Amino acid sequence: MTFINYASREINCKIVYYGPGLCGKTTNLQHIYDATAPQAKGKLISLATETDRTLFFDFMPLELGTVRGFKTRFHLYTVPGQVFYEASRKLILKGVDGVVFVADSQEERMDANIESLYNLEENLRAHGYDLLKIPYVLQLNKRDLPNVIPSEDLAVELQKKGEPVVEAVASTGVGVFDTLKAVAKQVLTELRKS
Amino acid sequence: MPILIREQRYHHIKALLARLRLDASARVVVLVEKDGQQIAAHGEVGALDTTSLASLVAGNVAATGGMAKLIGEKEFPTLSHEGDKESIHISVIGRILLVVVFDQRSSLGLVKLRSKQVSQELAAAFAEIERESAASDKSSLPFSEITDEEIDSLFVQN
Repeated sequence: MTFINYASREINCKIVYYGPGLCGKTTNLQHIYDATAPQAKGKLISLATETDRTLFFDFMPLELGTVRGFKTRFHLYTVPGQVFYEASRKLILKGVDGVVFVADSQEERMDANIESLYNLEENLRAHGYDLLKIPYVLQLNKRDLPNVIPSEDLAVELQKKGEPVVEAVASTGVGVFDTLKAVAKQVLTELRKS
Repeated sequence: MPILIREQRYHHIKALLARLRLDASARVVVLVEKDGQQIAAHGEVGALDTTSLASLVAGNVAATGGMAKLIGEKEFPTLSHEGDKESIHISVIGRILLVVVFDQRSSLGLVKLRSKQVSQELAAAFAEIERESAASDKSSLPFSEITDEEIDSLFVQN
């Protein structure tokens, strides 16, 4: 749910990174955090297990700049990818303005991608959202690995509605900001429409 | 439709938070929407990262709300976390969360009492915000006429 505060002249939006376990959701946020100037970002909060797997969520606020006198802030969240954290995953989608689905391009993770995407649709529906109507980007991550499925084939399988598809290597930052930009643009355009 | 917080409502909420802070001898009082967005904060904010606090409080309430449902409760209306020096009390008031951060200058009993006393007024103020947001003329939003160039410029600034 976008918040527009006329007193503090701020617009706050919520973006959630979704996808199967170990697909690179946290790595996306970590790269954004590392590559952003200190004044444009808040803390990166990671609620993770001792083995650095996301337990509940990661969160970071990011200020993009000012438009028409309003500071534009995006609250970036990740969900825990592991299947058994279903209850937590669902909670984090509440009030979402835009979603990034991070797909793992490796051949052996195809089933996990499909399952997670199906799970995203279900959980969005539970909150009254329709994946076909909300701002949405598909990121094909881990393009640097040897056993990846060709992007075209992944897109055929995973693309839902002609959403932007971004190839990425989140560990080195390739495609990370392109993904963020693609979803943020849709969220802001949605405000124009509303 | 976005939630619109007009200046008058914002200042009214800030005044309610200021009164609560004083009455409860609290350090900081923060009002948060259940999805994790901070509505307003008042007090000795200083280095306290209220944006992160808002997001964690919402996560905390969402998780305990999930637990409540598992055992057949609708939700837990209040949550308290007591530390050695600093403590946090959270009241769930419909869609908003009232967060009071306090230290030895106050007590949990006092914070609970004062939070309860102000909760109706806060609920009414937020209900007004929701009503105004729903009734607002969509073309009056600050971004209703935003151009592609302006959106692109956000990404050039960074």
